[in-house]
Amino acid sequence: MKNIDLRGVSCPTNFVKAKLALELLDAGDKVEFLLDDGESVKNVPRSLKGEGHKLLALTEVDGYYVLSLEKGEE
Amino acid sequence: MSEDNKSTAVDLKNLKAGGFIKERKKDLFTIRLRVPGGRLPVSRLKRIAEVAEKYCSEGMVHLSVRQSVELINVNFKDFDAVVAELGEGDQRVASCGARVRVPTACGGCEYNPNGLVDTQKTALEVDRQLFGTSTGHHKFKVGFAGCPFDCPKSATNDVGFQGAILPELANDACIGCGLCVKSCSDGAITMGDVKLPRLDACLCTWCGDCVKVCPTEAWRAAKRGYTVRIGGKWGRHPLVGTLFASFLPEEQVVDFIATVLDWYKEKAEGKGRTRLGEIIIQEGPNSLLSALRSKFPQYVVDATIPPQRIETQVGKRPG
Repeated sequence: MKNIDLRGVSCPTNFVKAKLALELLDAGDKVEFLLDDGESVKNVPRSLKGEGHKLLALTEVDGYYVLSLEKGEE
Repeated sequence: MSEDNKSTAVDLKNLKAGGFIKERKKDLFTIRLRVPGGRLPVSRLKRIAEVAEKYCSEGMVHLSVRQSVELINVNFKDFDAVVAELGEGDQRVASCGARVRVPTACGGCEYNPNGLVDTQKTALEVDRQLFGTSTGHHKFKVGFAGCPFDCPKSATNDVGFQGAILPELANDACIGCGLCVKSCSDGAITMGDVKLPRLDACLCTWCGDCVKVCPTEAWRAAKRGYTVRIGGKWGRHPLVGTLFASFLPEEQVVDFIATVLDWYKEKAEGKGRTRLGEIIIQEGPNSLLSALRSKFPQYVVDATIPPQRIETQVGKRPG
């Protein structure tokens, strides 16, 4: 699965980067975003859901988070 | 003196609701415009700009702290022309003095991702129905925040409204992803033993972040409406309003404010220029609670505390 590291990137740049990355995928493709704890993990998932993508899971790994997501229809 | 004094240079009925405020310099006034919720169509903004260019003698306007556009340095002889050129029924003048003021509001739920209720719609409705109502005592401010972030500082208004939703979990729809636990700013949601989140209702501030992030719509809004705090004010001796109702439906806001106004008019009788919060402190909050409970029994809280004084450390009050 494609893996996009958004750690160290603050809001809203992390969300915009996620959006740009998703533009290169097809609907139904699955992807993982690595997110910092705090604002990033609180805001980015909700914003991506708002854009029509399907959130699949959130897992904590060594102080950061992995958000699994399936790209939604345009 | 005749009511219709032809020698008066200015149509005095334009001054009735206030909104014309004397400035330092002779003959100059500020004209405060009515911009409920701080939102106005660009076409109206253009019209205001044209009028301002013509009549604001220093070529400046001021954006008031309550979201209004104020035309400054206007000669009082131009009042009628300004009112006429702004367009009656289109861009009106606001109020000042002992009246219900223009409500403030954030962007609300239409485009702000945090917004839970349509604050703009409610503010417009309150403005339409209650703007300029004379209180007989003092000014009366109303403000609308779309969520508990509360950018408009709702509890510093005489009646302040804050959008809220009460979340509830449909267990069978939950996939146990834990996004809600991580999204909750108040630590109100914890993950239970069987990968099912649990809400501690006492910690919840009704922001709805769990509902917004939930991928399967397992978290839903069981209730939606306004958290209502009453008795706030700022100024020399600030008060923060306290909780009188929760999940008040948007369509009951006008009646709710009208009920508070009736209580205020009655209880402040003979007390001079005194804000609502001070009257609540004098009367005790139960009197207002019962007046509201008789009309809004589902939404009024069981008990509350008086508006809370903020210690400004300057200007000790006697007694």
